[in-house]
Amino acid sequence: MKKLVMIGNGMAGVRTIEEILKLAPEQFEITIFGQEPHPNYNRIKLSNILQGDTSFDEIIINPLDWYKENNIQLFTGEAIVKIDVEGKRVISDQGREVDFDELIIATGSNSFILPIPGAEKIGVTGFRDIHDCEMMIKSAEQYKKAVVIGGGLLGLEAARGLLNLGMKVDVVHLMPNLMERQLDSIASSLLKAELESQGMNFLMEKETVEILGGERVTGLRFKDGSEVEADLVVMAIGIKSNTKAAKSSGIYVNRGIVVNDFMETSVPSVYAVGECAEHREIVYGLVAPLYEQGKVLANRICGLTAEPYTGSVTGTQLKVAGVDLFSAGEIFDDGQTKSIMVYNEFEGIYKRVLTRNNRIVGIVMYGDTKESTKLFRMLTKKEDITGTSIFQTECSAESGGDAASMPNDELVCGCNGVTKGAIVEAIKTQGLTTLDQVSHCTNAGRSCGRCKPMVSQILAHTLGDQFDAAASQKTSICGCTTISREELVEEIKAKGLTSVKEVMNVLEWNNEEGCTKCRPAINYYLGMIYMDEYKDERDSRLVNEKMHANIQKDGTYSVVPRMYGGVTTAADLKKIAEVAEKYNIPLVKLTGGQRIGLFGVKKEDLPGMWEELDMPSGYAYGKTLRTVKTCVGAQYCRYGTQDSMALGIELEKKFERLDTPHKVKMGVSACPRNCSEAGIKDIGFVGIDGGWEIYVAGNGGVDLRPGDLLCTVKTTEEVMEVTGAYLQYYRETANYLERTSKWVERVGLEHVREVLANEETRKALNERMDKTLKKYSEPWNEAIQSEEIKDKYYTKHTVKVGE
Amino acid sequence: MLQTITRIPVAHYSNVKMRSGYSIKIDNKEIALFKLTNGKVYAIENRSPHPKGGVLSEGLISGEYVYCPVYDWKISLADGKVQSPDVGQVRTFKVELENDIIFIILE
Ligand code: SRM
Ligand SMILES: Cc1cc2nc3c(=O)[nH]c(=O)nc-3n(C[C@H](O)[C@H](O)[C@H](O)COP(=O)(O)OP(=O)(O)OC[C@H]3O[C@@H](n4cnc5c(N)ncnc54)[C@H](O)[C@@H]3O)c2cc1C
Ligand code: SF4
Ligand code: FES
Repeated sequence: MKKLVMIGNGMAGVRTIEEILKLAPEQFEITIFGQEPHPNYNRIKLSNILQGDTSFDEIIINPLDWYKENNIQLFTGEAIVKIDVEGKRVISDQGREVDFDELIIATGSNSFILPIPGAEKIGVTGFRDIHDCEMMIKSAEQYKKAVVIGGGLLGLEAARGLLNLGMKVDVVHLMPNLMERQLDSIASSLLKAELESQGMNFLMEKETVEILGGERVTGLRFKDGSEVEADLVVMAIGIKSNTKAAKSSGIYVNRGIVVNDFMETSVPSVYAVGECAEHREIVYGLVAPLYEQGKVLANRICGLTAEPYTGSVTGTQLKVAGVDLFSAGEIFDDGQTKSIMVYNEFEGIYKRVLTRNNRIVGIVMYGDTKESTKLFRMLTKKEDITGTSIFQTECSAESGGDAASMPNDELVCGCNGVTKGAIVEAIKTQGLTTLDQVSHCTNAGRSCGRCKPMVSQILAHTLGDQFDAAASQKTSICGCTTISREELVEEIKAKGLTSVKEVMNVLEWNNEEGCTKCRPAINYYLGMIYMDEYKDERDSRLVNEKMHANIQKDGTYSVVPRMYGGVTTAADLKKIAEVAEKYNIPLVKLTGGQRIGLFGVKKEDLPGMWEELDMPSGYAYGKTLRTVKTCVGAQYCRYGTQDSMALGIELEKKFERLDTPHKVKMGVSACPRNCSEAGIKDIGFVGIDGGWEIYVAGNGGVDLRPGDLLCTVKTTEEVMEVTGAYLQYYRETANYLERTSKWVERVGLEHVREVLANEETRKALNERMDKTLKKYSEPWNEAIQSEEIKDKYYTKHTVKVGE
Repeated sequence: MLQTITRIPVAHYSNVKMRSGYSIKIDNKEIALFKLTNGKVYAIENRSPHPKGGVLSEGLISGEYVYCPVYDWKISLADGKVQSPDVGQVRTFKVELENDIIFIILE
């Protein structure tokens, strides 16, 4: 087998390897060196990480198992420092030498750091990799003021992220217009106004000449003598191809490593691809052209006849919430160009198409980019536009972006060059039914993710009646398996699987003992399906549920006893006070859930405290019913129309300990003044004259959402019946860790209403609920009673040395 | 410098539960023992390498890895290495088994 070595484990390089594996899976013995300590990840999404939309885990494109499955030898955290072109081998910074027959250089680029005094200070960074991102996130925890140098794509995305992290942000830009290489001055000023309203502050036409401070940066000085403060400086003025290893080895390098139309460098059997490569004097900095290069290179290296790569026109978008813009091709009039323009200053919509000789040569759109794919296709295909209307003037909301009317050769995924035709064909020939599958087969949606809504539409349109909206969003439970929640639940029932281990075994998990994502989920689904028969697997639960207390950052725990409906007694308060004193509890606090929390408890003290408290666990740590907040209501309040405390206590006593997909909170108010905040609870009850309003899907947490009125009922019995049925339906159909607010948005409130409208269904749901509720016992009491539990979970063994 | 190697008996093998952390304290050192499905026992410092710290003994065990219970980092019990995309390393201790006794080697 021929030996193929690749330097650089990034987006363009690994995509090239994927293409090679598709063409010729057995042709090469592949070795990859990557300087970063990670498998290939989606660099584009670093902006989303900074903005808090995703996690490092979720942006891995090729997990380590992928390399293993494809027999690729991977060395991470190891850089190649020398290429011996004569001897055909590479040498790493750890002294490792590996021979090659063919070599791909895919070293990407580095952030360009201004060569000014102070640039090396702590707190100055580029924006390129996970490391930079972590550094920014960490700085934001300690420091307040950030300055981003560069008002281009990367700079603005970084600035938005830092705002989300709670910092004050100045953006310094050398030119009078933001993103001046992609936008004209009208679009640029619309963008600036929007970003200012989001809280960004701009320092335009400023040239940074010095970074101030001691070891750590404290500010910047500009050419005009003015200064600003900064605890963090992000340089986002551009990128510089990473050509060091190539250059020192005698490979011809200009701005990047120079390649021909087949990605061949000046040295035989050595190729370059990605941001490190310079093709026809252009170095590209977006994935779409780089993936095209990868395709050409893969064909070439496998010895197949390949179309040459002749260069790309690229389209640009900005990944900042609230900003919709698109730009491609030329921007400025040159005397021979004619523009077609729509400018709606009132709604902040601006679109301009630049034409030359009846052909589109440039596009700038702001505020409404629905027609961008269509126009971009006309640009790249050089279509004659004589007689076509470029912008539909009326009802622009309806125009463009429609899967049915879209021509087959229209590009849907710009990043990966996937057309509608290719997607439709994959769906039809390979029987695809989910977005995940389409992404996997065609690559559409695997990079920036912007095209996913359109891919979904095409999927729905192509499948017609067979399309199942909920199922199409299927994603696998975790990296240990490819099956979805629905399939898992089906399989458990069909095959009669009864334990977490059996599930992972029979359904061929690729990781024998699972992970922290799938094990708690499987344990939940089993308990939900088998109601009272399933033996809970404590070691598969998340740490807090396993310990029946909430772990804190230093490894201590919190203890929150039940106080049904937020109502307590003098005797209970005394007990809590005594326990707090006896165990030296560092913090006693009223929680946001109307009860008392004891924080900072050592794990070995937990059982003893529980015993002395002699109160039930408040489950402040569980995916279960947390609290039922109540107002004083009709018993005391002059406005109260119902007994809110009594209903709250009844609800809490009935549903406590129940396992639910995510935590569930309730609130009961006795009038619409709503002192218990029932409007932002998973289920909220508001007393009215002669009955109760029941609100659902409220959330007071991350994604603040007011509850929707589910129905109005007359009696407490009806309240209990609707609540039981609603909760049970949520338990049976939600994904594990899906809060009720998200669940209702996914399945639709109307759908839930329809299900609950049927009396038979309600009854059946309640029967399953009641059967499930029978199995629970008080966990703190259980721990006190059982030596085994105490020994296994709550003991610290002290060993004395020298005895 | 004088180097002392100490071999300390810390637990009975049969008392350590499968796939569950066993926390011990030797002087001021907090150590967590783990017995895996294959019967092997590993010992690591009971402190997450996450910059904010945290314990490891209560983590979920899968194969030769423990998931940090506080920040969900995946950590190899064999060499203490934190798995990508996170980075770091936990101190590991050599373990010896004799009759039913687990010894930890402190260097
Ligand atoms: C103790 C308490 C804060 C307080 O001092 O008041 C608290 C403490 C924690 N909350 Fe909370 N939440 C507390 C009331 C709330 C409230 C207010 C409420 O319930 O009325 C909210 C917003 C309402 C809501 O949930 O919709 C709230 C929204 C969250 C969220 C965001 C949930 C969401 O879906 O958006 C989390 C994160 C999560 O659960 O994944 C969270 C998670 C946490 C955790 C468990 C974080 C963790 O995993 O370690 C905190 C544990 C601290 C500890 O060391 O024990 N906490 N948390 C409150 C306990 C109430 C109780 O008696 O049970
Ligand atoms: C924050 C951010 C947002 C972006 N947003 C978008 C977007 O919206 N749309 C878009 O199309 N593009 C976007 N990009 C650009 C896109 O990520 C890059 O074009 C793409 O990653 C380039 O791929 P590459 O393989 O050439 O380089 P990289 O992905 O950088 O990979 C190169 C790898 O090689 C390694 N390496 C370097 N030298 C050596 C050596 N000597 N030995 C071993 N390994 C080495 C590097 O550490 C690196 O991991 C964005 C980039 C960033 C940073
Ligand atoms: S919600 Fe209405 S009844 Fe309850 S305490 Fe407030 S004002 Fe009184
Ligand atoms: S357009 Fe970026 S992933 Fe499809």
